[in-house]
Amino acid sequence: MDDLIRIKNLKKNFPVQKNFLDLLFAGAKQSYVHAVDDISFEIKKGEVLGLAGESGSGKSTTGRLLLRLLEPTDGTIEYDGEDITNKPYKEMRSYREKMQVVFQDPNSSLSPRMKVGDAIGHPLKIHKKLSTVQRKEEVLSLMEKVGLTPADFLYNKYPHQLSGGQSQRVVLARALITNPEFVVADEPIAMADVSVRALILELMKDLKKEFDLTYLFITHDLSTAKYLCDRIAIMYLGQIVEIGSKEELFNNPHHPYTKALLSAVPVPDPTQRRTEEIPRGEIPSAINPPAGCHFHPRCRYATPECSASRPPLKNIGGTQYSACILE
Amino acid sequence: MDKPILDVRNLSIDYPISIGTVEAVRDVSFTLEKGEALGLVGESGCGKSTLGLAFLQLLRAPGRIIDGQILYHGNDIVTMKNDALMKMRGRNIAMVFQNPLTSLDPLYSIEDQFYETMKQHEPKITKAEAAEKAGKVLEDLSIDKKRLYEYPHQLSGGMRQRIMIGLGLILNPDLLIADEPTTSLDVIVEAGFIDLLAKLRREYNLSIILISHNLGLVAEMVDRIAVMYGGKIMELGTAEDIFGKPLHPYTEGLIGCVPNIKLDQKSLVSMPGSPPDLVNPPKGCRFSPRCPKCMDICREKEPELKTKEKGRQVSCWLYNK
Repeated sequence: MDDLIRIKNLKKNFPVQKNFLDLLFAGAKQSYVHAVDDISFEIKKGEVLGLAGESGSGKSTTGRLLLRLLEPTDGTIEYDGEDITNKPYKEMRSYREKMQVVFQDPNSSLSPRMKVGDAIGHPLKIHKKLSTVQRKEEVLSLMEKVGLTPADFLYNKYPHQLSGGQSQRVVLARALITNPEFVVADEPIAMADVSVRALILELMKDLKKEFDLTYLFITHDLSTAKYLCDRIAIMYLGQIVEIGSKEELFNNPHHPYTKALLSAVPVPDPTQRRTEEIPRGEIPSAINPPAGCHFHPRCRYATPECSASRPPLKNIGGTQYSACILE
Repeated sequence: MDKPILDVRNLSIDYPISIGTVEAVRDVSFTLEKGEALGLVGESGCGKSTLGLAFLQLLRAPGRIIDGQILYHGNDIVTMKNDALMKMRGRNIAMVFQNPLTSLDPLYSIEDQFYETMKQHEPKITKAEAAEKAGKVLEDLSIDKKRLYEYPHQLSGGMRQRIMIGLGLILNPDLLIADEPTTSLDVIVEAGFIDLLAKLRREYNLSIILISHNLGLVAEMVDRIAVMYGGKIMELGTAEDIFGKPLHPYTEGLIGCVPNIKLDQKSLVSMPGSPPDLVNPPKGCRFSPRCPKCMDICREKEPELKTKEKGRQVSCWLYNK
């Protein structure tokens, strides 16, 4: 299988805003939030790659960097063999058609003044030269496919007249109307109710088959990631600590952080209550992350070596890579 | 066994609004024993949070209790006077809400928030005494005492959540109502919260009502579960029974549509349709329009919550013949 997306040594720093007094007394030294700190991975055609981690681990920033919604500080992004890191705005347009995004909160990603049909058809207006009638036909047929039925009836509704599940379907439809190859789904089900979540997940699975899609699925919920993804990358403080196929990662986690994360996931089964200890403390600041392996202050296996230098991702068998010095 | 700490009998709550009356909670009855943890689960709009607020008479207008009793150690909260309620809130029954940032006052230091809470119930307490007590509670919650002198914005989400619990526990209540307490937390912090509550339950002999849509969290924490749908309890039983052999089709669907990290699921159960309009609830069983096992009688007559076996109640015609 070919790689659709390949990123190398991607970095994104956000400057920390300083107030006047800091600049006056503390000197003009600028500090940065290292949101994404030197990560590399590739996504194969037709694959679902999960990007999982706690809040502040840089997973959403990574998603936005891939789409060039944010400009990387350093590193390269390749799409289908083409380097798009420095493509000018105009040339990026043809890529925007193929790369789409779905965000967490459907209500804040839909204009309250735009009818459902117009919202879904809007990308067509930008990317394809179609008559109004043709556009409406395309929109209606896609609405059927994502389960927005009766499509004729919902076409003229406004977002506030829809249920949560329906709004998320509208956002999905809008992302798919240009017939993209690649979709970044950033916590698409986090706001939804339990039964709606299941429906959206199933829908995403069906649409992937139907439209031959490749997903980057960003989530904090490992149970969902396990259900939907083929491969999963675990992020911690801007770095990938472990990446591997779903089977490798869940059956044989290697990095202590992955292990901690997996054991912390609540299981909907009272006969399988967690007995393992979980690491203490919370995720440190990404402004001055700990030296060496970022996880070492919370890691129970930490040795002096861990704080000396950052362990690189190394192959530990199959397609599984882990950034830990442990054997 | 002692008398239950909380005995809810046939509780019904309405929200009269311009287009009619929202039947938010209907005919809910259950008991909570001392030291027990009960989970109220269901999707948004099922009435679980309304129910949680009612236990402290904190319902906002136009919400009101139209029928039923809430007996706390035998005293009815529904008919209690305002003074008595003020004394009871915090001291006897404490509540922890979903979003700690909106529940803590940004202009008060943590110490002041504790002091204010305590002064309400012990007017003579000095600030130093309050700080000492608060420090002890913070230690139980594994937060450094120095944090007392900080403000909410200086703390992380997990810490704020623990401060909220600390504020709830400072007056030694015997019942804690937690409404989606971990929704804004990350998994590892959430796991820490679960351990903490288990420890506090042992040490303070707390009874807990956990309100959540997160089935994983509920499965980790509680002894018994009440599954709610459309303002009614659909099924009530021990956590093992509810998850192990769900009786009600809604419970079955709800459990089946949650991804489970320990399983290799090929597909999830889908429950099409949406929760009922509680202004015009469906005739018969409120779940009947979405129920895969719906029978004729389900659309005609509403089933009652009946005891199926010991400690197990279900409201479904499949079992109430």
